[in-house]
Amino acid sequence: MKRRAFFGSVAAVAAGAAVVGLVGCGERPQVIEYKQGKYQGKPYSEPWKGKQWNDSKQDWNVAVDTRAQNQNEYKRIK
Amino acid sequence: MARMKFLCDVSRCIECNGCVTACKNENDVPWGVNRRRVVTINDGVPGERSVSVACMHCSDAPCAAVCPVDCFVRTEDGVVLHDKDLCIGCGYCFYACPFGAPQFPQQGAFGVRGKMDKCTFCAGGPGPDNEDRVKKYGRDRLAEGKLPLCAEMCATKALLAGDGEVIANIYRERVFNRGKGAEVWGWGTAYGPPGAKSEAAPAAQGAKS
Repeated sequence: MKRRAFFGSVAAVAAGAAVVGLVGCGERPQVIEYKQGKYQGKPYSEPWKGKQWNDSKQDWNVAVDTRAQNQNEYKRIK
Repeated sequence: MARMKFLCDVSRCIECNGCVTACKNENDVPWGVNRRRVVTINDGVPGERSVSVACMHCSDAPCAAVCPVDCFVRTEDGVVLHDKDLCIGCGYCFYACPFGAPQFPQQGAFGVRGKMDKCTFCAGGPGPDNEDRVKKYGRDRLAEGKLPLCAEMCATKALLAGDGEVIANIYRERVFNRGKGAEVWGWGTAYGPPGAKSEAAPAAQGAKS
């Protein structure tokens, strides 16, 4: 009876240790998520929120990506 | 979603410091502050390499993690900005940053540390778009659909700026054309988007170094 109790407690400790150990293998998100109100500064206006882009993020993205291609001389000098 | 990043091709950088000058001039950066600088490894030794370094606009920015007044913000397009009106100039961000990006202008007769200054990816800063903001943070080129001037000014196009995926593709194409692929680090840079399997083949063939 005593032996069974002993092995039972050992098994419980081992299971607990395994659970604690596995917690260390967990994956945390790598990108910081700013909680609402954590950033204390002034609000930042996104670059596409202006007269030039009419709040169209897609237009802005296309313009910036097209401009970025100017850095690729394999495409620029063809 | 655009995720703005810098990428410096050390095989092309010729240490001309054009990026440093362009940044200082475009953003009217005060004397003693360099938002961007060129670091040379093994200077004077054959095979020396130079790299242009500034704020890398980290996805999980350690400067933001240690700031005691929470003055950092990462914008939707991936640019890390800070509010100078909130900054207390404590210098924690300088210790946390692996690139030495935060700069502190010396103010007053005894060199008292001023508000932190760093690269804004030419995105200005937080707050309303006015002359005061330009004075504090410099030009907002991103809102005009332009990229940071340091990269656009680079004579050898060693310094690339833009959406991470776009510039990774440009860099990968370069490395393929050089005939070797050992320089491409990271999954996205080395293999590209999921549909670009055929494009990745030359790197495997030419990867000798």
